[in-house]
Amino acid sequence: MHKDKANIDYKNSVIQIRGLHKSFGDMKVLRGIDLDLYQGENLVVLGRSGTGKSVLIKIISGLLRADKGEVTVLGSNMNRISDRELQELRIRIGFSFQNSALYDSMTVRKNLEFPLVRNKKNLTRLEIDKSVEEVLEAVGLSHTINQMPSELSGGQRKRIGIARTVILNPEIMLYDEPTAGLDPITCIEINELINEVQERYNTSSIIITHDLTCAKSTGDRIAMLLDGQFQRVGTFEEVFENTNDDRVKPFFDYNFIE
Amino acid sequence: MDTTENTNTPVKKRGPSFALKLGNFFREMSRINAFVFRFFKEAFMPPFEIKEVLRQCYETGVRSLTLISLTGFIVGLIFAKQSRPSLSNFGAQSWLPSLVSIAIMRALAPLVTSLIAAGKVGSSIGAELGSMRVTEQIDAMEVSGTKPFKYLVCTRVLATTIVIPILSSYMGLVAILGGFVNITTNEGTSYRTYIEQVFEPLGFIDFVASLVKAIVFGFTIGIVGCYQGWYSNKGTEGVGKAANGAVVTAMFLVFIEEIIIVQITGWFR
Repeated sequence: MHKDKANIDYKNSVIQIRGLHKSFGDMKVLRGIDLDLYQGENLVVLGRSGTGKSVLIKIISGLLRADKGEVTVLGSNMNRISDRELQELRIRIGFSFQNSALYDSMTVRKNLEFPLVRNKKNLTRLEIDKSVEEVLEAVGLSHTINQMPSELSGGQRKRIGIARTVILNPEIMLYDEPTAGLDPITCIEINELINEVQERYNTSSIIITHDLTCAKSTGDRIAMLLDGQFQRVGTFEEVFENTNDDRVKPFFDYNFIE
Repeated sequence: MDTTENTNTPVKKRGPSFALKLGNFFREMSRINAFVFRFFKEAFMPPFEIKEVLRQCYETGVRSLTLISLTGFIVGLIFAKQSRPSLSNFGAQSWLPSLVSIAIMRALAPLVTSLIAAGKVGSSIGAELGSMRVTEQIDAMEVSGTKPFKYLVCTRVLATTIVIPILSSYMGLVAILGGFVNITTNEGTSYRTYIEQVFEPLGFIDFVASLVKAIVFGFTIGIVGCYQGWYSNKGTEGVGKAANGAVVTAMFLVFIEEIIIVQITGWFR
C-alpha cells in the first residue's frame, strides 16, 4: 500500500541534520549524517542491526548528544537548547519505543493519562478521560483501559505505546522498530496504524526498521543507513529497484516479501 | 637454534592496570557526587511531587510495618534475656530496663530498622528503577516531557528519609515492649515501674542522636537504591546487580555512618 504524498510540504523541513557524528568509545556509529524530514512526510530509516538507527532518533529526541554536527528540530538547535526548552520541545515529539516502554506498574488508563497530567496541568478530569478514550478508540483498544501492560499482547502493547505518544498531539513521531517481534498480520495492522496516525494527527515521522514490508507500506522516502552514513535515499523503488549495490541488494532479496 | 616460541606456555592474562582502576574509582565518585547534588537541586525546586512522595511513604512505611514490628519485639525480648545473666553476676538485675532502653534507643532501633529497610526497601528501589531503565521506561518518561529524576528519584529518597526515622521510633517502642514482656515474666516488674526505669537514663541527646541517625540512614538507603537502579544496564543481569548493589552498599554505608555519628554524639555527652 502506497501513501498519498499530496500532503507533504517539501519547502518546510521539520528536522534538519547536517554532518552528524556520534561515537561510543572507539566505535564510530554515525559518520556524517545529512537529513531533512519534511512536513507531513514519513521517512523510513533502514539498516542492519547495530548501524546506529536508534542512536539517530535518540539524538533527535535529545536522549543522546551528538559529538559533532548540527541537529535542528522544529527550529530548535539541539546543541544549544536549554533544559527547559528541551522539555517543551519533547512535548511536540512523540517517541514510540521498540519494546513499547509502557509503565508496568500502571494500568493502560494511567499510562495514557501520565503524559497529559504531567504536561497539561490545566486540563479537567473530564477532558483527560475524554482524551484517553479518544486515543484508545483510535488504536482500537478501548476494552483494555483497565488492564495492566503485562496482560496485553505484543501488538496491543505497541498500539498502547503509540497511543501514549499521540495523546499529546505531537508534530513529529519517531518510531523505533515498530514491527519488531510481531507476527505478519499484526505487522500489517501496525503499519496501517502508523499511516492512520500520520493522516489523523498530520505528523511527520521517522520510522526506524529493518522490515521492508513496513518500509514499503509506510515510507514516503527510504534512507538506507550503511557504514554510518546514508548511502541511498529516495522512494522505495529508487532505493531498491535496479540497484547493483552489494550492500543494498541482499537486504531486498532476503528480506522483502512481495 | 630453534627460535620458535613455545605456544603451549599459558599466557597470563593481565587485569586492568592500577592507574585504570584508580581512574574508574574517581570517575565513579564524581558520578555519585553529581547524583547527590542533582537530588538536592531538583528535590527542593518547584513543582513539588507531594502526591508521589506520600505514595512512596506509604509503600516504604506501611509495607515494612509487619516486619519492623516483629523484629523490634524479638530484638527487645532477646536483648533483655541475653543481658540478664551478665547483670545477675553483679546483682544488678534492676538495671535491666535501663540497659534495654539505652541499647535500643542509642543503637539498636535505628540500626536494625535501617538494615531491614536496606534489605526490603533499598533492594526494591534498586530493582524497580533498574527494571525501568533497561526496559526504557525512564527514557519514555524523559521524552514525554516529564522529569523522571524528580518523579522517580527525588520522591523515593525523600520518602525513605521521612519514613525510616518514623519506623525507627516505632521499632524502639515495640522493642521496649518486647523487653517488658521478658522482664515482667522473669522479675514481675510492673509496667509503670518499667516505663519509669526505661526513660530515666535517656537524655535529650539520645533522642536527637537516634533521630539524626535514622534520617541519615534513610537518606543513604534511598539515594543508594536509586543510584544503583538509575545507572543499571546490561538487561536483566543489570537489574539483579542493581538490587544486590543497593543492599550491600547501603548496609556498608549505614555501619560507617553509625561509627561516625556515635563518635560525634560522644563529644556532646
